[in-house]
Amino acid sequence: MASVAERSDDLITRLGGAVFEFVEAWGDVASFAGSALWLMFTSRPSRGTLTPNFYQIGVRSVPVIGITGLFIGMVLAVQSYADFMKLPGMRGWLGVAVNGSVIRELGPVLAATMLAGRIGSAIAAELGTMRVTEQIDALICLGANPIRYLVVPRFLACVFLIPLLTILADFMGVMGGAFIATQYFGIEPYEYWTRSQQEVGLWDIGTGLFKSMVFGAAIAIISCHRGFHSSGGAEGVGRAATNAFVMSFVAILILDFFLAMFFNTVYARLWG
Amino acid sequence: MRFGGQQVLRDLTLNIHRGQTVAVIGESGCGKTVFLKLIIGLLRPSTGRILFDNQSLFELSEAELTRQRLRFGFVFQMAALFDSLSVFDNIAFPLREHTQRSEAEIAAEVRQRLLEVGLSPGVETKKPAELSGGMRKRVGLARALVMNPEIILYDEPTTGLDPVMSDVINELILQTHRRRGVTSVVVTHDMRTVEKTAQRVIMLAPLSSLKPDEPQILFDGDLTALRACTDERVSRFVRGEAGLLSVAG
Repeated sequence: MASVAERSDDLITRLGGAVFEFVEAWGDVASFAGSALWLMFTSRPSRGTLTPNFYQIGVRSVPVIGITGLFIGMVLAVQSYADFMKLPGMRGWLGVAVNGSVIRELGPVLAATMLAGRIGSAIAAELGTMRVTEQIDALICLGANPIRYLVVPRFLACVFLIPLLTILADFMGVMGGAFIATQYFGIEPYEYWTRSQQEVGLWDIGTGLFKSMVFGAAIAIISCHRGFHSSGGAEGVGRAATNAFVMSFVAILILDFFLAMFFNTVYARLWG
Repeated sequence: MRFGGQQVLRDLTLNIHRGQTVAVIGESGCGKTVFLKLIIGLLRPSTGRILFDNQSLFELSEAELTRQRLRFGFVFQMAALFDSLSVFDNIAFPLREHTQRSEAEIAAEVRQRLLEVGLSPGVETKKPAELSGGMRKRVGLARALVMNPEIILYDEPTTGLDPVMSDVINELILQTHRRRGVTSVVVTHDMRTVEKTAQRVIMLAPLSSLKPDEPQILFDGDLTALRACTDERVSRFVRGEAGLLSVAG
């Protein structure tokens, strides 16, 4: 039977191993991101590689993000209404709650989450399949840099199109909330919009869009990295797709927290 | 060459001369494909060097390594055609990537390469998923030939093909060698390919079947010497016999 000292040694060894693996894995992701950024600035991707990715990532995400945004705004209005009605004189603040939540948090996070689910997994599966069928090796043999050819266009599409998708999610959410508040609960449109206009402004929209770009970059890098490093046939590709979504989702939430802290501090310094 | 804790190739010293067609044979898992990928620099050796024209590939800058790689053509086991591109775009890919040729010149070159591998220009609009195994291999060869390489590496060129199509591919390997005078390295376990195409044969053994001091190269010589080889492991492979021990194991 192992002594206490042996068991604690074993625990420390395993813990050290886990920390080492964690640092190595994220170091690899950082190096991968560095290569993609370097190639993005040093060699321009061709239109032939950009257009299909912009279409796939941007245009084809419009319906799902529009519908999600619309219903989130509507649900938010339904859920908040009861609470706001309990407090006298708070009816006019419903617009602030719905629009503020959608524009500051839900719009960017939802658009990013939907993108991670729809596109992140697809990118990882596509690149993973290319890896296991030696198409990435073929690119290298044909003298093409696979990061420039495969990662940079997807990265650019995610970073530059997610703010547009976020604007769409914000717009649909705001409209959905306004529709329920004014048409279903009978709040005066003037009352609903005026208060909201005073409390939710360009700062909120701008920070939301900036956050969405950071989320887009994280989704692209994580998903491409997972795909690039997949192995073990169909099972490995499936694992890469799942990991891409889970890791992107976790990254979105962690980044969201730190970005919210950062922007709150900046706001307090500037206008607090 | 080592992958994590697993060693695949050990103490290999080989010279491949210009214009030769070398077949690398051996049981599955002996490191044939790894050997091929080391030659073109897709894998970096754990120790040792790969010299091409007296230059170590891994001491070159990225740009120079890419330039040197274009002197090679690689025909992959499953063709590795880009799924999202048509046959035409697959073959045109390196021309668009590395030359300033006009689209008309590229189209003419692609058609010529398709004819060279026995395919009609009608296939050029098809996607790889619409092609049969033999057609995919031929498109893979056409893509490998389009930059006029000096060395062609074939990874299991006849695997998964019927005997007639295997013979077509063997003929293409032979014709390519005769017409272009290229150096060819053919990794295969198909003895008909070896018999038809090879001037020199190298047989590797899986490290798991060797004692620590045994050399991994079981045979290195021409076809006549291969047929006369008395090493039990070599002759059994050539005859395609499993042997009692393997069956029992």
